[in-house]
Amino acid sequence: MSKKNSEYLINRKDNQYEVVIGLEVHAQVLSESKLFSTSATKFGAEPNTQVSLVDAAFPGMLPVINEFCVKQAIKTGIGLNAKINKRSVFDRKNYFYADLPQGYQISQFKDPIVGEGKVILDMPDGQKEVGIERLHLEQDAGKSIHDLDPQNTFVDLNRSGVALMEIVSKPDLRSPDEVSLYIKKLRSIMRYLGTCDGNMQEGSLRADVNVSVRAKGSKEFGTRCEIKNVNSIKFMQMAIEYEANRQVDLIEEGKSIDQETRLFDTKKNETRSMRSKEDAHDYRYFPDPDLLPLEVSDEFVKELKNNIPELPDDKKKRFIDEFKLSPYEATILVSDIDTAKYFEEVVAKMGKNKDMKLAVNWITGELFAVLNNKNLEISQSPVSAKNLAILVNLIKNGTISGKIAKTVFELMLDGDKDPQKIVEEKGLKQQSDPKAIEALIDKIIDDNREKAIEYKQGKEKLFGFFVGQAMKASAGKANPQLINEILKKKLQ
Amino acid sequence: MSDITKQTLTELVENIKNKKLSSTDVTKAFIERSEKSKELNTYITEDFTSALNKAKKFDQKPNLDLKLPGVPMAVKDLFCTKDVKTTAGSKILNNFVPTYESTVTENIWKEGAILLGKLNCDEFAMGSSNETSFFGSVQNPIDKDLVPGGSSGGSASAVSGQLTPITIGTDTGGSIRQPASFTGTVGLKPTYGSCSRYGIVAFASSLDQAGPMAQNVKDCALLQEVISTYDPKDSTSIDFKRNQYSKELTNNIKGKKIGIPKEYRIDGMPKEIEDLWQKGIQYVKDCGAETIDISLPHTNYALPTYYIVAPAEASSNLARYDGVKYGFRAKGENLIDMYEKTRSEGFGAEVQRRIMIGTYVLSSGYYDAYYLKAQKVRKLIKNDFDEAYKKVDAILTPSTPSSAFKIGEKTNDPVSMYLNDIFTVPVNLAGLPGISIPAGHDSKGYPLGLQIIGKAFDEQNILNIAFAMEEKINFKNKITDWWIK
Repeated sequence: MSKKNSEYLINRKDNQYEVVIGLEVHAQVLSESKLFSTSATKFGAEPNTQVSLVDAAFPGMLPVINEFCVKQAIKTGIGLNAKINKRSVFDRKNYFYADLPQGYQISQFKDPIVGEGKVILDMPDGQKEVGIERLHLEQDAGKSIHDLDPQNTFVDLNRSGVALMEIVSKPDLRSPDEVSLYIKKLRSIMRYLGTCDGNMQEGSLRADVNVSVRAKGSKEFGTRCEIKNVNSIKFMQMAIEYEANRQVDLIEEGKSIDQETRLFDTKKNETRSMRSKEDAHDYRYFPDPDLLPLEVSDEFVKELKNNIPELPDDKKKRFIDEFKLSPYEATILVSDIDTAKYFEEVVAKMGKNKDMKLAVNWITGELFAVLNNKNLEISQSPVSAKNLAILVNLIKNGTISGKIAKTVFELMLDGDKDPQKIVEEKGLKQQSDPKAIEALIDKIIDDNREKAIEYKQGKEKLFGFFVGQAMKASAGKANPQLINEILKKKLQ
Repeated sequence: MSDITKQTLTELVENIKNKKLSSTDVTKAFIERSEKSKELNTYITEDFTSALNKAKKFDQKPNLDLKLPGVPMAVKDLFCTKDVKTTAGSKILNNFVPTYESTVTENIWKEGAILLGKLNCDEFAMGSSNETSFFGSVQNPIDKDLVPGGSSGGSASAVSGQLTPITIGTDTGGSIRQPASFTGTVGLKPTYGSCSRYGIVAFASSLDQAGPMAQNVKDCALLQEVISTYDPKDSTSIDFKRNQYSKELTNNIKGKKIGIPKEYRIDGMPKEIEDLWQKGIQYVKDCGAETIDISLPHTNYALPTYYIVAPAEASSNLARYDGVKYGFRAKGENLIDMYEKTRSEGFGAEVQRRIMIGTYVLSSGYYDAYYLKAQKVRKLIKNDFDEAYKKVDAILTPSTPSSAFKIGEKTNDPVSMYLNDIFTVPVNLAGLPGISIPAGHDSKGYPLGLQIIGKAFDEQNILNIAFAMEEKINFKNKITDWWIK
């Protein structure tokens, strides 16, 4: 395998293969109640406690569309720069399974609520556009639990009828890394919009991954396999890597690839055939006669459009333009809505005379390290944006040095203490009186005459020694810039 | 009063309101007659004890402002009734007791009516003779071993035999109007969206509609007034201004234009039916209305269209009866085996036939040729009516191409059975209201019905026409109580 110019190719003897990937992402709509019933949707509830007669498909029960879920889907469509279809149709996808009480899933087949759109990926070497084919609304199924009893399967219908958005990409992705960026970008957009919490551990975001390979430079698509229901980015990447290599091996052996549905075994790190094209279900889609076509007015869409918050791409652009951040810094800060919020709060609290670079460095450096170590989200940060802003300002205005700031930061972690108070209480204020520093330096040079001579003779490395001594003598409080200036002057 | 069960709904309500009769008197009378009429096999579930208790309770504190004060009635066993077994005439729901009430029956109880029991019907309302019921065929009170029609056969038989003063049925392709015609009673299929489908066991969702069945037009209008409400729990329920059908009922139909569609004069139609139709034309003229010959050119395609659309929807609607959650479950080796055995043993032959047809017409490769084409033809049929209603206010046709037939006569010939619905099916496909009223007898003395089809939401108009014709026809049902020993 090689990664030339960030191109992901699979190499075999004389041949190079390109991997083509398309994703069908299932994103759970952030909503208190289900798509066609008023049952709750809380994660982790006791089995079968969030089930209505509609969800359990009792005789004579009828679905009624949840308008909130429709709004969420349209908002997501707007976030994907996509066409909003003013008329969409709910269809029945018919198949039998124990956790599918109706015997059909209500989905959208021919006329989805959202049409074509696009997502921009921020790649290390620029941007890449990934096409969105469509987004449609559908019901989730319940859950079959096979391992509680040797004889019986148990069914939990809490998830039955929960609203999902299926977001189908065009086959525009070319590597596991692009897939990772794509999923993260989708999740970021939906979290900005508040339409999906993107929590993969809880199954709020999962994907069917379509993989095919073709000789590098070929324009034809190869036969694809669909890997069903993968629920983490890491597994998606592993599955693609395995599946692409499997397909390449088949081609190299002169065999053909069967179009089929496969499962990814996370323990063995391999994909396995689930069913072939011949065994594919005939879902007998037809418009659900219990529901009228879903029609939304221009005003309805416009109202939603007017209330779309600033999304990552726009925010990034603004951070670059307004705060003069580098594209790299901006990308990091906007990737997660809570990080962006935190950063903007820091910026606001820093007031007029602010040092943007310093703030970015502190957030992406010290703060991220702490969050990482403690396994915390930024929303749970032990240091508030307000106090971080004060700390950055204390450095900026020379009250404390960057080094002392690290000590102060450590102390802030315990109960989000005000850095100003810490500096006062601990007497950490920086010494910025040139006369006092000069006296201090004179004494050091006096105590280290020989080294001073060596320095003057050209052993410039020793400059650091003198700085260290000065810092030590001032217990780290002397203004490092002043130390530098005065030392240089004295050692000339 | 010994002849309580002979009274019309209107008379019963009046007598209860005037305190000449108590709810208990009336309920007892209908229970007694029902008890003596077991041979008709109209009831699947009797709820007599509970009915009597409710009647007594009503009499202790009667609310006489209600529209159906303390009036007992039995309903088709397709309506889910809270705590009362609801089978849809099927083995697969033989043990099913809903925890909820259908909107239509809820509306009835709210107006003071009392449930007597659940009435026999074709399995999942699929049939035209009530012979597909798991609970056996129903006798037509008109004559022994005569079918009452279907699928609301138990309902028609119970009204005709005076086991209940009124009832409700459901009509997907003629299931109210055809049995009404066969039993000499009045049956109205309202406009699609007029009565909520919430809590009614679904057959074909885009066609199903509940409606009243009664001994006369006025009773029918009163019951329609009670059951027709806008219901947000049914997404296809329509919020339109509903009339006070019984209060606004009038026999003045002077100047109304009544269409006579030539395509309903089908090959092989018995002369008696043609004669009845001509008599009907004369009646409306006598009432001061005008008849106009019209054309509904796609009528011929209605029956094949119906037998694609209805089974397609049914095949999907009945998928939920899988033995997993409720109802009958057969033992199986594994999930698939359990499904197959449950559904093979739980559903009768006609239901299985329609599930097969429906599954077939929805299959990939056949969808366009059948289901999609049927949807297009359905639109054309609807357009026919729209065109016709530019010229006329209502349409008059026979209700059925024949009178009631003998039990067993058509069970082995599904197509001849399906032909029963030839005049009623187009109305369902177009979502229009239609009413069948008894208009005469054939040579055997069996009742024959005429159908009046209205514009969408124009129930008042067809009720008025039916009301006016009813006066002229002066039909008398010939019930001999042959089944009472």
